[in-house]
Amino acid sequence: MFSLDLLRDAVVLGLLLGCFYAAVSIGLSVSFGLLDVPHVAHPAFLVLASYGVYVLNEYGIDPLLAGLMLTPVFFVIGLGTYWIYYETFEKRGQDQAVRGIAFFFGIAFIIEVLIILALGVDQRSVSAEYIGKSWRIWDMRIPMRLIVAFGVAILLIFLLTQYLSRTFTGWAIRAVAQDEGALRLMGANPFKIKRWAFGIATAVLGMAGALLIIVAPVEPTLDRAYIGRTFCVVVMAGLGSMSGTLAAAIILGVSESIVLTLFGASWAPAISFTLLLVVLAVRPQGLFGR
Amino acid sequence: MHRRTLLTGALMSALAVLGLATPAAAQQPPIKIGLSMAMTGGLAGGGKSSLLGMEIWRDDVNAKGGLLGGRKVELVVYDDKSSAAETPAIYSKLLDVDKVDLLFAPYATVPTAPIMPLVKQRGMVLIGNFSFQVNSKVGHDMWFNAAPWGPADSWASAYFDVGQKVGGKTVAILAADQEFSQNVAKAAKDVANKRGIQIVFEQNYPPNTVEFSAIVRALKAAKPDMVYITSYPPDSAGLLRAINEIGVGDNVKILGGGMVGLQFTSVMEGLGSLLNGVVNYNTWLPEPSMYFDGTKDFFEKYSKRAVEAKVDPLGFYLAPFGYAMGQLVEGAIKSTNGLDQKAIAKYLRENKHNTIVGPMEFSPDGERKTTATLIAQFRGVKDKNIDQFRTAGRQVILFPEGLKTGEVIVPFEKARN
Amino acid sequence: MRGQGFIFWLVAAAFLIGMFALTLGVRNEYPFFAGYVILQFIVLATAWNILGGYAGYVNFGTSAFFGVGVYIAIMLFKAFNLPIVVQIAGAALVGGVLGLGVGFLTLRMQGIFFSIATIALTIIIETFITNWKFVGGAAGIQLQRPPVTAPFESYVKMLFFVQAALVVIAVAVARYIQNSWIGRGLQALRDDELAAECTGVPTLKLKLIACCLSGALMSAAGAPQAMYLQFANPESAFNLNYSVSALAMALIGGTGHWIGPILGAILLGVTQQLLTVTISSEVNVLILGVMLVLFVVGAPSGLIGLVARRVKRGGGR
Repeated sequence: MFSLDLLRDAVVLGLLLGCFYAAVSIGLSVSFGLLDVPHVAHPAFLVLASYGVYVLNEYGIDPLLAGLMLTPVFFVIGLGTYWIYYETFEKRGQDQAVRGIAFFFGIAFIIEVLIILALGVDQRSVSAEYIGKSWRIWDMRIPMRLIVAFGVAILLIFLLTQYLSRTFTGWAIRAVAQDEGALRLMGANPFKIKRWAFGIATAVLGMAGALLIIVAPVEPTLDRAYIGRTFCVVVMAGLGSMSGTLAAAIILGVSESIVLTLFGASWAPAISFTLLLVVLAVRPQGLFGR
Repeated sequence: MHRRTLLTGALMSALAVLGLATPAAAQQPPIKIGLSMAMTGGLAGGGKSSLLGMEIWRDDVNAKGGLLGGRKVELVVYDDKSSAAETPAIYSKLLDVDKVDLLFAPYATVPTAPIMPLVKQRGMVLIGNFSFQVNSKVGHDMWFNAAPWGPADSWASAYFDVGQKVGGKTVAILAADQEFSQNVAKAAKDVANKRGIQIVFEQNYPPNTVEFSAIVRALKAAKPDMVYITSYPPDSAGLLRAINEIGVGDNVKILGGGMVGLQFTSVMEGLGSLLNGVVNYNTWLPEPSMYFDGTKDFFEKYSKRAVEAKVDPLGFYLAPFGYAMGQLVEGAIKSTNGLDQKAIAKYLRENKHNTIVGPMEFSPDGERKTTATLIAQFRGVKDKNIDQFRTAGRQVILFPEGLKTGEVIVPFEKARN
Repeated sequence: MRGQGFIFWLVAAAFLIGMFALTLGVRNEYPFFAGYVILQFIVLATAWNILGGYAGYVNFGTSAFFGVGVYIAIMLFKAFNLPIVVQIAGAALVGGVLGLGVGFLTLRMQGIFFSIATIALTIIIETFITNWKFVGGAAGIQLQRPPVTAPFESYVKMLFFVQAALVVIAVAVARYIQNSWIGRGLQALRDDELAAECTGVPTLKLKLIACCLSGALMSAAGAPQAMYLQFANPESAFNLNYSVSALAMALIGGTGHWIGPILGAILLGVTQQLLTVTISSEVNVLILGVMLVLFVVGAPSGLIGLVARRVKRGGGR
C-alpha cells in the first residue's frame, strides 16, 4: 500500500510524535546528559506528573494549565531527590553507578505502587477542547492533541536551551557538567548548581506529564514502556545536547511512524532501537555529543 | 442490661433452632475453592472486578447456610501478577498445601495456560474464567469455561454476520501483537476466507504503541467495508481516539469487533462520545433481554461494594461471570451431594445450568455449546458520565438473535453522530 | 588454595546430593515449584554478576538472554524433539554467541552506554521472537512435556534438580573467574578501564569472555522454563522483571564475591515467594522497591558487607 500521500502523512505525524518524545526526554537530557545521574525513575516521575494533571483535570482545570501548576511542585521534588542521591551516592565516589541505578529502580517501583494505591490500576485520561478533534490541512487530517503536544514541546525545548545558553545559572550548569573541579576553584558550589539543575529537569516533567496524558491514556506501569524510549533518545542525541535531543527524538518518531504505516508495524520497535545501536557503534558519543 | 441478655438469649436460641449457629455446624470444615487472580499487573483491572463477583456469590451462599449440610464456602486466592510464571507454583500450593476442594482458573489465557497440564494430571475440575481456546491443545475433559465465547470462530462469525447483512464484502484486520488478540484475529481470518470476504488490510502493531494516527491513516487508505480490530485495553482507547480524529472513510459500514477494554468503566468514561457507532463484543449489558434470575440483585450488591473496594464501578464485563462460576459449582455440589471431581464434571457436562447471565451448556471441549458473545453498537453516549451506561439503549444488542434489542446503524461515520 | 577448592567441591556435591534426596523424599510438589524459581534466580544473579559485579558493566538485558534461552529450547524441542539437557546446551551456546556479539558491538561503549545498548538489544530480540511464527510468535505457544525420565517421579522434580545442577555450574564458573587472572583483570577493568589498558591488561579479550560466559549462563537458566510452564509468549519470556531482579539480587547480596548473588537471590527470591502466598497484592512490588532502596542506601557492599562488618566488630582476625 505504498503511496506518496501515505508517506507524507507518516512523516508529518512522525515529526509531531517525535517532538512529543523530545518533550518527555528533555528532562533526562539534563539530569542524565549533563549531570550523569542514572535516573531510571525519570519516566516514573513523568507518569506521576500526568496523574497529577488527571487529578486536577477532574476539577475542571485544563491539562496544560494543570501542568504549569505542577511545575513548581516538581521543581521542589527534584531538589529533594537530588539531595538524597548526592548524599548517598555521588559523594562517595565514582563506582556507585550500579547502586545509583538500583536506587532509582526502587524509587520507580515505589512511585508505581503509590499511584495504584491512591488511584487504582485503571487507565486514566483527560478531556479538553482540543482532544478528539483534528485539523484539516490540504487533504491531511492531523489530530489536534498532537499539534498541541508539538507546540508545547518546541516551546519547552526552546526555553530550556535559551536558559542554558543565556543565563548565568545556565552557564554554571553547563560548566559543572564539563569540569566540576575548575568550577569549584572559581568559588562556585557545584552541589548547589547540580541540585538546581536537577530541580529544573524535574520541573519540566510537570508540563511533559500533561503532554503525556493529552497524547494517550496513562496507567501506573506506563513508566516501564518509556525507560527504553527516553534513554534511547538522550543517548542517541549525545549527552548534554538539548538540540540533539530534539533531533534524535524526531528521528525516532519519524522512523516509528513510517514503519507503522508502510511496513510491518510489528517491526517498529526493532527499527528504532537498531538505529540507536548503529549510531552508538559508529559514533559512541552520540550524534551531537560532547 | 436485662433486656439485652434476654434478647441475645432469645436470638441464640432461635438461631440454634434454625441450625445456623449450632456448635456442630460451626465445627464442620469449610469447602475451599482455590484460585489465583490478577490483583496486580496488566490484567488487574479486570481481575479485581471478577474476584468481587465471586466474593458476592460466596457471601450469598454462606448467608443461605452454606453447602453440604452447613459447610461454609471459602475462597483461597493468591495474586498471580497477571503472569504465566507464577501460576504453576500457586496452583501446586493450592492443591498440595492448602488442599482445596475445587479450583477456579485465573483470569485470562496467559496465566491459565501453564496450569492446564497440571490440573489435567491431577484429575481436578477447572472452571475457566475468560480464557480463549486454552484447552484446545491440552484436551482436559474436566474444563468448563464460563466465558460466553463458545466455538473459536464465534467472535468473528457473529461480527461478519452483522456486517454481511448490510452489504459488507471486504475487511481490514488490525491486531495487537499480543496473545489473545493474535488468536482471535487468526480465527477471524479463517472465517473471512471461508466466507469469501476479501481481506484488504492486515496489520499487527507492537505493544507499547503510543500513537495510532499513522496506522489508522494506512487503514483508511485501504478503503475497507468492515474493520475488525482485536486490541487490548491500553491500545483500544488510543485507537478509537485516532479513528475519530483521522476518520476511516465513508465506505466503512461497521467498525470494532474484538476490542478488549471498551467494556471497562474507566475506558468507557474516558472515551465518552468517541464510542458512538462502534460495533463491539461484550458479555453482559443492561438491556431488557439480559436480565435473568438474580441478575438485578447481583448488580445492586456489586455496585455498592465496588465503590468501597475501588474496582470497576459498573462491573458488567467480568463480575457477573465470577458469580456464575460460583453458581455452577454450587449446583454441581448440591446435585452430586459431595466434592467428587468426576461426579461434578459429569453433572456439569450433562446439564443445562441457570445462572445470572443466562443458561449455560458445555460441549465436550469445555467451551460453551452455543455462543453467548454479544455484538452491540454504542449509541447516544455522552462524555464523562458513568451512570448513563446503567440504562438500556447505550449499547444496542445486534447479535445473537435471541437477545437482540435493535438494528445496526450504518455506515460507521453516520452512526458516530 | 587447593584446600579451599576441595571444600568448595565437597559442598557442591553435598548440595546436589541433598537436592536429589529431596526429590525422592518429599511428596508435596509445591516446594519444588517454588524452589525451581529461586534456583533459577540464583543462576541469573550469579551470571549477571560476572559482568556486572566483576567487570562493572551493568547489563539491563538479562531478560533478553533469558527469553532467548526459553525460545531456543522451544525451537529445539519442536523441531527435533531433543531432550532437556540438549535444549539447555543449545540455549547456552546461542546465549554465549549472543553475549559475544553484544561484547563486540559495545566495544567502545562504556558505563551507562553499554547499559542502554542492552536495553535496546532486549527490545530488538523480543521483536524478532514476536514475529517468529514457528515458535508461536505473539500468539504464544503451548507445549506438551515428554514423559519424565527415571529416577525422577515427576517432571517438576526433574526440572528442580536440573536447575540445581545449573546453580553448581554457574557458581563454579563464577568462582573460577573470580580467583583467576580473568577476575583480576576484570577488577582492574572495573576500577579504571583506561589505566588497565595502558598497563597491558587485555581489556577487550576479558570483556568478551565475561559477556560470553554471562550470556551463556543466563540463557541456560531460561531454557528449562519452556518445560516448566509448558507455555511461552514473548511478553512473559522477556519480562523486565528478570532484568531488575537479577540486578537487585546481586546488589543486595554483594557484588564482590560469588557468594553475594547466592545470598541475594535466596533472600529476595524467598521473600517474593512468601509474599505471593501471604499478602498477595501490590504491596509486594512496594516491598521490593523499599528493599532495593534500603539495601542500596544502607548496605553498600550488600549482605556480604554486613556480615563482614559484624565479623570485624566481633574481634577481627
